[in-house]
Amino acid sequence: MIGGAAALFLLVNGRIMGASGLLGGAVDGTGWSNLLERLAFLAGLVGVPALIAMTIARPDTHLTGNLAIVVLAGLAVGIGTRMANGCTSGHGVCGISRFSPRGIVATLVYLGVGATTMVIARHLLGVI
Amino acid sequence: MRLLFALLSGGLFGAGLLVSGMTDTTKVQGWLDIFGTWDPTLAFVLGGAILPMIVAWRVAARRGAAALGTPLPPKPDRRLDPRLLTGSALFGVGWALAGLCPGPAMASLSYGGPQGIVFLLAMIAGMLIWRAIDAGLLDKGRPA
Repeated sequence: MIGGAAALFLLVNGRIMGASGLLGGAVDGTGWSNLLERLAFLAGLVGVPALIAMTIARPDTHLTGNLAIVVLAGLAVGIGTRMANGCTSGHGVCGISRFSPRGIVATLVYLGVGATTMVIARHLLGVI
Repeated sequence: MRLLFALLSGGLFGAGLLVSGMTDTTKVQGWLDIFGTWDPTLAFVLGGAILPMIVAWRVAARRGAAALGTPLPPKPDRRLDPRLLTGSALFGVGWALAGLCPGPAMASLSYGGPQGIVFLLAMIAGMLIWRAIDAGLLDKGRPA
């Protein structure tokens, strides 16, 4: 389904399906030339899971209630994905599949650093 | 038409993230916890998303334009710069700490509770902070 969504967006709209870029360009003004297309994508991304949650089953994200960690993580994800110009969908799904060196390297870096963070934050510090 | 297909694509992406478990932070953290009790299942989600996209890029290259007549994305930039590496590292830290990346953060907005909304707002704040830093860096690089 995720790959199908990315393929649809590429082959019909001619766009790369990157969540951080689509949102980032809409909020910081750099992508206002195609703002409506971005907002339509984001409306589907928020709306369809909302419909599923209301009608079929309400999933649980199990996100920590520790707001210091939530805010810190949110800031890191926001700054990092815009600095690197992509996240899991843009670099990971769309980048790797076109054998883009930047996409492959970015994915290796965030997975490697993510695994290292798990070791430090979960197993050494016990904060998550 | 562009808006309709953008909505459809976003909806399919959101449903896929929900169904595959990408919005379950326990599962994501279990996947990143390679040196702990590793849960490898999300590797199949990423792999399963990449495979149809390999085909899609081939089809796109053969056609030369998207179905609605818009040009295809330009050839990927091959340069690996410090921004790509630093940004991805920072993203990796945040992704592991909370277990949410940008797509699932939005997909789970309706059922992620107040802390999910806090995460999304912090992420948007981070995006705006980077925009401000980036604009400042560009200004400094310009001759007076």
